[in-house]
Amino acid sequence: MNNKVPNNRAWLLVLPMLVLVAFSAIIPLMTVVNYSVQDVLGPNARFFTGTEWFESMLNDNALQAAFLRQISFSLIILAIQIPLGIGIALIMPKRGWQASAVLILITLPLLIPWNVVGSIWQIFTRGDIGLMGWGLRELGVDYNITRNAGDAWVTIVLMDVWHWTPLVAMLCYSGLRSIPEAYYQAARIDRASKWAVFRYIQLPKLTNVLVIAVLLRFMHSFMIYAEPFVLTGGGPGSATTFLSQSLTTMAVGQQDLGPSAAFSLIYFLVILLVSWVFYTTIMHMQKDKPPHGGA
Amino acid sequence: MSYRLENTQRGEKYKTVFSKVSPAQRRNRTARSRWRANFLLGLYLILMILPIYWLINMSLQTNSEILGSMTLWPQNLTFDNYIGIFTNSSWYMGYINSMLYVVMNMLITICVALPAAYAFSRFTFIGDKHLFFWLLTNLMAPPAVFLLPYFQLYYSVGLFDTHIAVALAHCLFNIPLAIWILEGFMSSVPKEIDETAYIDGYSFPRFFIKIFIPMIRSGIGVTLFFLFMFSWVELLLARTLTATNAQPIGMIMTRTSTASGIDWGTLAAAGVLTIIPGILVVYFVRNHIAKGFALGRT
Repeated sequence: MNNKVPNNRAWLLVLPMLVLVAFSAIIPLMTVVNYSVQDVLGPNARFFTGTEWFESMLNDNALQAAFLRQISFSLIILAIQIPLGIGIALIMPKRGWQASAVLILITLPLLIPWNVVGSIWQIFTRGDIGLMGWGLRELGVDYNITRNAGDAWVTIVLMDVWHWTPLVAMLCYSGLRSIPEAYYQAARIDRASKWAVFRYIQLPKLTNVLVIAVLLRFMHSFMIYAEPFVLTGGGPGSATTFLSQSLTTMAVGQQDLGPSAAFSLIYFLVILLVSWVFYTTIMHMQKDKPPHGGA
Repeated sequence: MSYRLENTQRGEKYKTVFSKVSPAQRRNRTARSRWRANFLLGLYLILMILPIYWLINMSLQTNSEILGSMTLWPQNLTFDNYIGIFTNSSWYMGYINSMLYVVMNMLITICVALPAAYAFSRFTFIGDKHLFFWLLTNLMAPPAVFLLPYFQLYYSVGLFDTHIAVALAHCLFNIPLAIWILEGFMSSVPKEIDETAYIDGYSFPRFFIKIFIPMIRSGIGVTLFFLFMFSWVELLLARTLTATNAQPIGMIMTRTSTASGIDWGTLAAAGVLTIIPGILVVYFVRNHIAKGFALGRT
């Protein structure tokens, strides 16, 4: 399938898409770059500031704290969601009406608007009317997400696991379905243990989808906004204020154009850089390894 | 060393062939492990459904019952919250607005993504790899970054507070996603099909519409599902680009909290109603969705 024809007229096919994406990506991005190096005081009063905003943003303590929170959040949810997603994919039924039913049920959280996800969990965890909040209180646990930073963190992680593990599970499920039945038959003849089947047949086949899963989950968790905003509003204090929320507060709430633009660019570059490093590392690792049978 | 290895292997084979485990016991064992898998899956599904169940439960109660006592299911079943939403145009217009910009976005995206994905899957051209990478970087752009510039851009071209503004803004991440998925599906169609069609005298547009698109229709269905999903769930941009005429339902929901407290019943009912379109859409593509999640690449 790799015999692509060199043909520069293909640009004509790409052109409409390019115009649209340029309109919604390049123009706004240039505006951001423009603001990031200027101090806008009024319609006709702007000064060139160079890298001043970037320096002040990088040295801002509140933002550094938000950045660390963001990194730990992404790492925590990846550490939970990836293994859990694989596990669920392994026990999902493969055929029949049960398979369809389970598929539809499992994708459900992915199709709920993000602010509604926040609302669902806000209701669910309230001490007076929420099942989980009320249940924990009945059990004698002092659980309060508006007062206790630890509780807020646990709840946000739990909410994200609830919300996004289905994506990992679905990716792995589709990876598992592409394994030919003959592999399993061969394993049965060899009397391979379940672990051996997983380690030497299923996991190698899952590498590709897992790369996609980790990338998507990292990117989305790094941009998380609506869910924690609705659930905790970033509190208590700033315990659950993540980068997107800091940015929107700065850009829309305080109208600090220059600093927020500089912050935006740094934010965007960090995501790009991490994704790129992860992707190239994985690709190199795969190239160095001798090819698995059919993987 | 090798001798011993061989010996143990032979020994194991011996054990396997003359295993003391009877077939019945073996069947028993697999049945037990299947039972355990089903149990774990069921447990996960129950835990997963619980928050949604709670929302549905609340949407079927009156506010006094919600606040008054802890009830695991509605004692006095009421549909007033839903009736309230369906009879108030400021409420149900939110759903219509959301639907409108989602459908617009799906149409625009699929129209420009189909030819582009075809170009990426069939041809090499100057800068193709860079272009593809640049497209993917748009998937990684936090919407928060684009808030302010979008607001200014759409305001200055007079599109602020229109459905098309939100639809165009969502193209930022939906077009790259669509191209990524479609490219995977298209690459699994053999090139010989194209060549045969050209030999048979098909022009490119006719071939593309009459032959190629029907061949990848499951891929298109799955792509549309993803476009729906990401446009439907996004709120930050949709909220920023609208004021009153095109306000999405997610924004209208915030109206339930007033000075006199939160109208929990209505909030829950509105939330339940935002889940339903997703269920319908996923039902239509359930048979292809697994492949779609791997972006057509398994």
